[in-house]
Amino acid sequence: MASNKKYWKSVEELNENSSVVETLRNNEFVEEIPTDEFLGDKESLEASSTSRRDFLKYVGFSTAAASLVACEGPVVKSIPYVVQPEEIIPGVADYYATTIADGFDFSNILIKTREGRPIKVENNNLEGSKIKPNARVYASVLSMYDSMRLKQPMISGKPASWEEVDARVKAGLEEAAASGGQIVLLTSTMASPSTDKLIAEFGARYSNFKHVVYDAVSSSAAIDAFETVYGERALADYDFSKADVIVSVGADFLGDWQGGGCETGYTQGRIPKNGKMSKHIQIEANMSLTGANADKRIPMTVTQQKYALVALYNEITGSSVSTPAFPNKEAVTKAAKQLKAAGSKGVLVSGIDDVDVQMLVLAINNVLQSEAFNPNNARYIRQGNAKEVAQLVADMKAGSVHTLIMSGVNPVYTLANSKDFADSLKKVKLSVAFSMKEDETASLTTIAAAAPHYLESWGDVSIAKGYYSVTQPTIRPLFDTRQLQDSLLKWSGNPQSYYDYLKASEAVAATGKSWNQLVHDGVYKSSDVAPAAGGEVANYGGAAANLAGAKALSGMELVFYTKIGMGDGQQANNPWLQEFPDPITRVSWDNYVTVSKADAEQLGLENYNVDNGGLNGSYVTLEVGGAKLEHVPVLIQPGQAKGSVGLAFGYGRKAAMKTEMMVGVNAYTLYKDFNGVQSVKITKESGVHEFACIQLHNTLMGRGDIIKETTLKEYNEKEPAVWNEVPKVSLDHKEVPATSVDLWTSFDRTVGHHFNLSIDLNACTGCGACVIACHAENNVPVVGKSEVRRSRDMHWLRIDRYYSSEDTFIEDTELKENTSGLMNSIDTFGEMEDPSENPQVAFQPVFCQHCNHAPCETVCPVAATSHSRQGQNHMAYNRCVGTRYCANNCPYKVRRFNWFLYNKNEEFDYHMNDDLGRMVLNPDVNVRSRGVMEKCSLCIQMTQATILKAKKEGRPVNKDEFYTACSEACGSGAMVFGDVNNEEDTVVKLKEDDRMYHLLEHVGTKPNVFYQVKVRNT
Amino acid sequence: MKKVGNHNSFSRILLFCLAFSLSFSLVSYAQQAETSPAEASTEEAAPAEGVAAGDPTKGKELFNSLCAACHKLDSKATGPALRGVAEKHETEWLYKWIKNSSALIASGDAKAVKLFEENNKQVMTPFPQLSNKDIDDILAYTSQPKAAPATPANAGGQAMAASNDGGVNNTLILAALVLVLVVLVVMLALVNKTLKRVAAANGVEIPEKDSSVSIWKAYAKNQFLVLVTVVLLLLSGAYLLYGYLMQIGVDQGYEPIQPIHFSHKIHAGDNGIDCKYCHSSARVSKTSGIPSLNVCMNCHKNISEFQGDADSTYVEYSKEFYTAEIQKLYDAVGWDRANQQYTGKQKPVKWVRIHNLPDFVYFNHSQHVSVAGVECQKCHGPVETFEIMKQNAPLTMGWCINCHRETGVKVEGNEYYEKIHAELAKEYGVVKLTAADMGGTECGKCHY
Repeated sequence: MASNKKYWKSVEELNENSSVVETLRNNEFVEEIPTDEFLGDKESLEASSTSRRDFLKYVGFSTAAASLVACEGPVVKSIPYVVQPEEIIPGVADYYATTIADGFDFSNILIKTREGRPIKVENNNLEGSKIKPNARVYASVLSMYDSMRLKQPMISGKPASWEEVDARVKAGLEEAAASGGQIVLLTSTMASPSTDKLIAEFGARYSNFKHVVYDAVSSSAAIDAFETVYGERALADYDFSKADVIVSVGADFLGDWQGGGCETGYTQGRIPKNGKMSKHIQIEANMSLTGANADKRIPMTVTQQKYALVALYNEITGSSVSTPAFPNKEAVTKAAKQLKAAGSKGVLVSGIDDVDVQMLVLAINNVLQSEAFNPNNARYIRQGNAKEVAQLVADMKAGSVHTLIMSGVNPVYTLANSKDFADSLKKVKLSVAFSMKEDETASLTTIAAAAPHYLESWGDVSIAKGYYSVTQPTIRPLFDTRQLQDSLLKWSGNPQSYYDYLKASEAVAATGKSWNQLVHDGVYKSSDVAPAAGGEVANYGGAAANLAGAKALSGMELVFYTKIGMGDGQQANNPWLQEFPDPITRVSWDNYVTVSKADAEQLGLENYNVDNGGLNGSYVTLEVGGAKLEHVPVLIQPGQAKGSVGLAFGYGRKAAMKTEMMVGVNAYTLYKDFNGVQSVKITKESGVHEFACIQLHNTLMGRGDIIKETTLKEYNEKEPAVWNEVPKVSLDHKEVPATSVDLWTSFDRTVGHHFNLSIDLNACTGCGACVIACHAENNVPVVGKSEVRRSRDMHWLRIDRYYSSEDTFIEDTELKENTSGLMNSIDTFGEMEDPSENPQVAFQPVFCQHCNHAPCETVCPVAATSHSRQGQNHMAYNRCVGTRYCANNCPYKVRRFNWFLYNKNEEFDYHMNDDLGRMVLNPDVNVRSRGVMEKCSLCIQMTQATILKAKKEGRPVNKDEFYTACSEACGSGAMVFGDVNNEEDTVVKLKEDDRMYHLLEHVGTKPNVFYQVKVRNT
Repeated sequence: MKKVGNHNSFSRILLFCLAFSLSFSLVSYAQQAETSPAEASTEEAAPAEGVAAGDPTKGKELFNSLCAACHKLDSKATGPALRGVAEKHETEWLYKWIKNSSALIASGDAKAVKLFEENNKQVMTPFPQLSNKDIDDILAYTSQPKAAPATPANAGGQAMAASNDGGVNNTLILAALVLVLVVLVVMLALVNKTLKRVAAANGVEIPEKDSSVSIWKAYAKNQFLVLVTVVLLLLSGAYLLYGYLMQIGVDQGYEPIQPIHFSHKIHAGDNGIDCKYCHSSARVSKTSGIPSLNVCMNCHKNISEFQGDADSTYVEYSKEFYTAEIQKLYDAVGWDRANQQYTGKQKPVKWVRIHNLPDFVYFNHSQHVSVAGVECQKCHGPVETFEIMKQNAPLTMGWCINCHRETGVKVEGNEYYEKIHAELAKEYGVVKLTAADMGGTECGKCHY
């Protein structure tokens, strides 16, 4: 049927006299195609000496030449040492003990070097080592190979020599001394006894010298409180292994709270032994790593937390300070009773930046006589003084500071009033910034002094009282750098090098170890430490009264936090850390404001997944006082306390960064007066933010065979079959345990090694140190934000995070089991997709399960993946043709496909694209190319190396000698690797444990990785 | 630059042609040169008479065993050159010095102190065990006049001729044969021509061959034969193509020119140096390690000139050539030969790597050398006979696997294997444990 309808493209077409329509009808192209420009005019064409024939000749010749060149194999050159250092044998790794102390992270570590290149951070397990390395410390080795580092000192933005810098600084110092202007040294916390001495000696030469310590993320309130009570600027140390009841009020002690490193003790108490485990109650606003691990989590805004603390104080000390009403009071009272009942086996911690709060914490722990609370071995790793920093900015503004020397700090980025600081920096006659990068601060100072990375420096650190450790260089400085200490020595006219100064220092002599032994061990622990004085002097009652009188903030509470992947933002240019997914939100390459579901609905904010699986979210503007932070993406966070929002530090950096890493917003701009809580006004903005979120599904939907969870009561009282049920399948119309059914005949695996890896879900805190260690060990590529958004992340090891859709996982299971009928099921399951307001959280590290009956192996058309007798599922990259059948057939979704060439590729401008960054690659592991599948190998290069070592020494492999990168990195002991055919290995006992289960047991894959049922002490 | 398989066959042909044509020009040259060795030998200096009373032959033995570590006859080493030392000092003084120089210096002997200071204050090892007679013998040896070198003008020619001797003779014979052949061909043609002319003159008719005896046509008509031929051609073509493709990336026989001409034949063969003296990391590490230059200097600090063994053949290289190569080492390591000290100016040597395993293969030398006790030669071939190092084995996966299947594991004396061997023996009755039994043919053992 013909139609007379006239279709029109634009309203303009309906106008018959329109000139536009006429023009368009006659001309196909609106603008004339510049053919002349492309071809050149006729004259010049004719004048050209290159004829068409010549052109064809050139083409022919170059093609022929190119194909000829391609016929020749490449010539590989090998350049041996001229004089080989005695300790280096090419191909053999050397380990050096050292200590990281970058002002935020402090840890005693080992550095693995190959051919003189540091390539990996490992644990230092010697007695006396303190604070296990976290994800950032593991990644710090890559920060040394940052191509954006400051390569030589700069004066006023121009490259200069150290002699010129010395002359300039010496002249400046003399002028300052003569004019009476202040000389200020602004440093991060160094906790270095020898440096403290050096600074004192340097300062003694000038009458108006000041040393100000500045922590970007301040613990000043806690330090002030500790100082009031114990007379020392330090922090109490906590050993959670000695606590039966842990109550934390806003302290993310499994994260970065007061320097971190508490997870080792904490997890010791969390593994049920003889029917007992510690009980952990967390009262907090943001959903933190610690809250996610708690047995009971009570979401509260910070103001409410203060009231709760007073309630705790009342209950434990028997006082009666009245507080305004607050929600969840019953739960808090219950917690207080439990804490009181635990007595010396209880402990209270808090992360609220308020002197009164911190006073109460000290008071309660003293009343309890808590064993976990240890003021004697006080921590020195946070020393920042908020008041002095504020005073410094005021002095600079007034123009009374003549010379400002900075080291390890970046106030122009990290200060809330950074504009004031930047402006008044111009009034300072001479400003020097020791920095590894030409960052926000160093680009504004007179002199940007190129500082070495900690792996290129000497140093000493006293992490806590009685602990002493040494930092030693593991590589010759890559650039023309000089550390602060050497410079101070030079400027004070001391001809010594810092190395000699350190070696001769009293602190070294006090250890009683020889210098070589000390450097070899890296650590020293003193057995007798004088107990801390005080504890009784302070006016605790007054503090409680102050807290009870705390007024709720107007508007919403903005609660700052640090991500385990980014910390204070020093390593923002580290691609491993940027790609590291946050353990809680599973978002990489971003920071965002976390909002509770109720508040989000009220403000009209939303999160939704789009068709490629990517997560989108709204934007908001945050306004604190006068300061505005625009374009902040919103992430709806289950468990976020209503009335509060969270925002992470460390993002939004712009200076000396690769473009890809300039992500997120700078939370420091709202961090006024170093207060971790601010009153904020939130306004919705237009636009949609695209997140790179690793995980699509948030809840387990009651699927108990993925994460098995039980309560301590059930665990103690009931048979393992009840809480660790083996799935049943039907065989010959009979229900039999899935483990007894087999499609294949099994191989005999009793001879030789048979590797198994145990993961204790009770000990795993989800911190992600293993993820970065795996990256470093296995040359896992970084793919960037847009690829991660497309679910093309390459992490061999992921830590799944699940929320419960009811208040607990157990209720989820019950709910699922009680559903019946189609409609009921659909409704229930629909509801179960959403996590609850305050859900329980469970973490589960998942990587290749190395199935004995691996589904991936049977579908590979080229047999690129095959099984070994030792239990490892092998992946031969050179054989893989990239059909991806294996990934599709893997029930655990652990195989990763190289969609692109991630090394030497401009499109992926991360560390593998420059010569410097590639120095971190592990030479024992292949760098994969485009089009091949890869996955966890159970660190076969490490197991093979262990076997070879035993063979060379002509002995059987020792007990627990095998380890993988992840099991080595696990500071909480959740991952245990070993040989099940060696009866002595720890893993054998774990395999026979009642809590042991395999992931998706009913599939019948018979994995060599197994998990231990999570037990919660509710 | 990489010479693989027949890549350079064309250039080889060219070279051969050049050699062939040059061989004619060399004939006269070689004859002329032939006389020079004779001249040289007549000029071979006889030992000068009666410088010292000692026995120079015995002295030579003593010198080589005791003195040669630090002294040379004609050039400075750690200590000064010793030729003619007997003329410079009194014999009695020399006795004292040699037996205990430190005592002599300590006694304040002016001459001794001066000598000590001139030689960078290096303390000479005392030799109290030497009798005066022994010292006389040594002095007799050091007093022998230096063997006069061949006339300088002739030196180069002599060396070249000497090394070319064999080659020239072969070429000569070849040339003569070719010449004879050419003459024969020409003669045949001439005879044929003459015969034809004679026949024509005599009116004898030479019957033309019947060229249409067409076996080819018959063949072309037989379709079966054609089919068979085509099939055969295709099959052989495929076989050749397969053979060609399979040798891609296999660099067996790769023999690149190295920046320093290092002869494994001289070091490992003639001098019998153990492979693992220089390639020490093969015992403990993944790589065998190209020795660092300080290892070379352990010996070459004293061996600055090539002192070839007269009985050995050195292909076409002369003594001067080798000495110049040692000098290259000195330049690289920054050793000042004249002053016997390091200058600190180092130039690392960029060796051309011969054995190139792909990146996706993990190979560990120590596993094979220390644990399995495999001889280096098993994979690297008779290196001690190689003047120029080359890749002896194909280094293909099939080659590796084959060895893993056939080679027994060295179980004895290694407790690691003893346990596993006992278990395996019990389980399967394995008598001879091969690497493959141990899982040595699993993919992931080498590819990760």
